[in-house]
Amino acid sequence: MLSAPFSPPAMHIPDGFLSVLVAAALWVATIIVVARALRRASADLGERQVPMMGVLAAAIFAGQMLNFPVAGGTSGHLLGAALATILMGPWAAVIIMTCVIGVQGLIFQDGGLLAMGANIFNMGIVGVAVTHFVYRSARALAGRRPWGIFLGGFLSAWLGVILSALITALELAVSGTAPANLAIPAMGSVHILIGLGEGLITLGALAFLYFTRPDLLKIGEAKPAGRAAWVAGLVIAILIAIASPLASSFPDGLEWVAQQQGFLTNAQNAPYQVIPDYVFPGVENQALATIIAGVVGVLTVFGVALGIAYMRRKQGDANLMQT
Amino acid sequence: MATNSVAEICVPKNKIVMSLMHVHFLDPYHSGNSPLHRLDPRVKVVLALAFILTASLTPFGAWAAYILLFAIVLSIEMLSELGIRYVLKRAFLATPFVLAALPLIFTVQGTPIAAFTLGAWTFSMTLEGVERVLSIAFKSWVSVQMAIVLAATTTFPELLNAMRALRLPKLLVAIFGLMWRYLFVLADEALRLLRARAARSGASREPGRARGGSVVWRARVTGGMAGNLLVRSFERGDRIYAAMAARGYDGEVRTFPLPPLGARQWLMIGAGLTICLVILLLAAVITR
Repeated sequence: MLSAPFSPPAMHIPDGFLSVLVAAALWVATIIVVARALRRASADLGERQVPMMGVLAAAIFAGQMLNFPVAGGTSGHLLGAALATILMGPWAAVIIMTCVIGVQGLIFQDGGLLAMGANIFNMGIVGVAVTHFVYRSARALAGRRPWGIFLGGFLSAWLGVILSALITALELAVSGTAPANLAIPAMGSVHILIGLGEGLITLGALAFLYFTRPDLLKIGEAKPAGRAAWVAGLVIAILIAIASPLASSFPDGLEWVAQQQGFLTNAQNAPYQVIPDYVFPGVENQALATIIAGVVGVLTVFGVALGIAYMRRKQGDANLMQT
Repeated sequence: MATNSVAEICVPKNKIVMSLMHVHFLDPYHSGNSPLHRLDPRVKVVLALAFILTASLTPFGAWAAYILLFAIVLSIEMLSELGIRYVLKRAFLATPFVLAALPLIFTVQGTPIAAFTLGAWTFSMTLEGVERVLSIAFKSWVSVQMAIVLAATTTFPELLNAMRALRLPKLLVAIFGLMWRYLFVLADEALRLLRARAARSGASREPGRARGGSVVWRARVTGGMAGNLLVRSFERGDRIYAAMAARGYDGEVRTFPLPPLGARQWLMIGAGLTICLVILLLAAVITR
């Protein structure tokens, strides 16, 4: 960031950009899928699960430091969802990406906390499901021939990134924080390019693994567990592919549609309906309320600062007494 | 995406490859003895989440509530003794995302305040649009500050305890813990790979200098590095598992029970949640 070259809008949604309804719904979906993934990965990996998942999550996180210069100060990055899916299978990849996105949000503020459910959903679930569907399909089409690995690897990583970006834009549009008719095409087209970088790195990594450790490429394959995930990937891909152009064709954005349906207004007002027409005594006026809030705010800060100063002095006194 | 990759956040790009340091400095935790450092991590996590939820729930344009939210986050920054400058500097991380909201200035319908034409299109800014964008930026700004304070005053093991207290699956918490243990080891390995590439002139960041082959070639080299990193981690994972098994690991994650929250902690949670509720009420009243 410090010397940041041009960087397109990130896919990690910070807090404040999602309506609470959207954030909550995606948390619920994420929790359900991650819980299932934990059970499935437990069944597959047994007691190896904790060390393997932990180290691979750390590896994907560290792998995101790997980049290559493209042109004009931009660079291609690895995201890793596709590699994790191809190598470990969809369920393990969901857990790995959950950990990666969790640490990014919790420790590095790359993505919000309330928005973390959405971020895990977009990159860890949609990205993984789409990758799995495309890669498996390519492998099936290619039979035993190795081009399925390479073409499938490239295409699945590329499409995974694009569809993750599209669902992100859709969520912002539904939240009313970005106009659908601009955000969806913009996010889509930017990530068509970013996804190429991801696809090429994934391809390079798969080529490396194919020639040095072909056994690793078979781990994700050994399990028949992927059928449900394959269908999920197909369905998600179709839904996003239909919803994105549809949503972006509304001139006033998705939010307008939502308002027409009345659901956004409901969502926004719901928490406050408990106390209809309630008015604080003497605070009917917005300007007055702002002033009062300002005064209270300043007093709060001032009070806390005074408190700290007082506490420190007392501590200092106590230290003096001890010596 | 991945614009804010760890390395970029913490060190200027040209220094990554050169530095021989280990990457422990990535950990944003600042050791200290402030009241916030001493606060029970469970209380901290719950209240930080409540604050961010409150910020998200306040409707657009509730400026009075925003001032209060800002006052709270500012006083907490003072309490944390991190230095407000540090927090504000890191808080700029979320700014690129505001770009996504910027077009709302023109697309939200309402009172027009200015207009300009660009080719065939006429853009008219609306008061409501400006208000919406500023609101989103502000909410996001105070939320990220709270998250920064949480991460900077809480060690990762404490965060793991808070996750357990919030009833996250034991397995997931254990995976998080192991990931954190090896994050810095593998980040070091990634740095070594980058350094090796730089030493072989695989990529020059200087504009105008040779970049070492076509874009596709560069991407393939980076892919090879990623594959290499994964192979090393697989092997490391196997070794770790063997070491754990040798010490009696049987797949069951065992942890010490957490001490119950005391009356003081409950009081703090109650007080914090009450403040959040009051702010929400105020916001509801003034935007009515």
